[in-house]
Amino acid sequence: MRAIFPIVDSQRPVIKHQPFSVPVGQLLLQAQSLSCIRQDRVLFEQLSLQVHAGELLQVAGKNGAGKSSLLRLLAGLATPDEGQLLYCRQPVADVATDYAANLCYIGHHSGIHEQLTALENLAFWRAAAELPQADDLALLATLGLAGLEDIPCRMLSAGQQRRVSLARLWFSRSQLWILDEPFTALDQSAIAMLQQFFLQHLTCGGAIILTTHQPLSMVYDGLNTLELAYRW
Amino acid sequence: MVTLGPFLKRELRLLARQKADWLNPVLFFLIVLSLFPLGVGPEPNLLRIIAPGVIWIAALLSVLLAAERLFKDDYRNGVVEQLVASRQPLLAFVLAKLLANWLSTGLPLVLLSPLVALLLNVDMASFIAMVLTLLLGTPLLSLLSVLGAALTVSADKGGILLALLILPLYIPLLIFASAAMEAASMALPYHGQLAVMLAMLLFALALVPVAVTSALKINVS
Repeated sequence: MRAIFPIVDSQRPVIKHQPFSVPVGQLLLQAQSLSCIRQDRVLFEQLSLQVHAGELLQVAGKNGAGKSSLLRLLAGLATPDEGQLLYCRQPVADVATDYAANLCYIGHHSGIHEQLTALENLAFWRAAAELPQADDLALLATLGLAGLEDIPCRMLSAGQQRRVSLARLWFSRSQLWILDEPFTALDQSAIAMLQQFFLQHLTCGGAIILTTHQPLSMVYDGLNTLELAYRW
Repeated sequence: MVTLGPFLKRELRLLARQKADWLNPVLFFLIVLSLFPLGVGPEPNLLRIIAPGVIWIAALLSVLLAAERLFKDDYRNGVVEQLVASRQPLLAFVLAKLLANWLSTGLPLVLLSPLVALLLNVDMASFIAMVLTLLLGTPLLSLLSVLGAALTVSADKGGILLALLILPLYIPLLIFASAAMEAASMALPYHGQLAVMLAMLLFALALVPVAVTSALKINVS
């Protein structure tokens, strides 16, 4: 029988086990003159951007400006109508497997199955990330989900489901995180904790691309913002 | 290399929690087959003659019934999208779906075959042929229905589209399976039909998993 309320030190530092494949400051992802057309509307064109290891790129813009579409292009889920994407200066199409292995994409949908418990969902994502199975009780407690590990996720609130979904980042070995609205439904303390964790990932040499409508409160040198304008 | 174990465990766990998903098709199969003797009359010879076709048509439709919801939940909650983004695990996910689908819809039909044989007055030789054809045929049914489910996953009401897409692909299987059972009832050899079914199964086994992953990729992009 597992203890329902495991005692953990929530300040316990997360140790990254292996250094990332791209050293800090090196060019990780580069987009060259991307265009995206949805339903005869040009969301953006001639869009170029660069993300170096250790940088965070915040994509901002109004609803419908094409933030999610851009993130999906960058994650390799859709192909751009024009332009190309380079990973470590090579076209993503040529190094697709390497790129996908070094990428963690959490989209607008949570990626958790409502009939499964938080632990079962995390076990699935561990397997998908080719990581050995481990006990995630302490991790879930860190995320404020102690005591909720064993109930189906449909019983959890939207914010709690979002926490389960983001828990994957804690054991991810990927260098680049692409996160679509990670702060949706989260409360202030969770947002602060998540930003603290982002900072840790960045200082370890990771890179993050995210969309959010909230201003980031974290203080860090490598914060960049890309403002997408809404176009008719 | 991604291991299949955790993925299969997840699928089986989901089946255990969503029993209606696989119990309904199995019950449908049983109900259809128990209605036939009531509908066409309890004449033993007549039942024996129509048995091969009836059993196989009921099997086709019950597998089709289970197919529609196969990828729906995982598509809606973003699991498919995020697996496509991480590439490697997608094939293991598809293989686990295939295996779980056969275990939950194909295998029960094989296990129910003695009962079906009683209902339709199937003699011993045909019964053995029926078990053999079901063993070879239901995995193929699962493969094709998973393919159909993957192709129609983004369609809102994909049920009828799925049927239109997949039922024609079932026809060769239907022909050879019922021919094998008929041959068996006349004490003729039916190795030929079984060999053709095995060939179709192996062919589908080689191609369908790749086709399903491509279909899922197309549907999320």
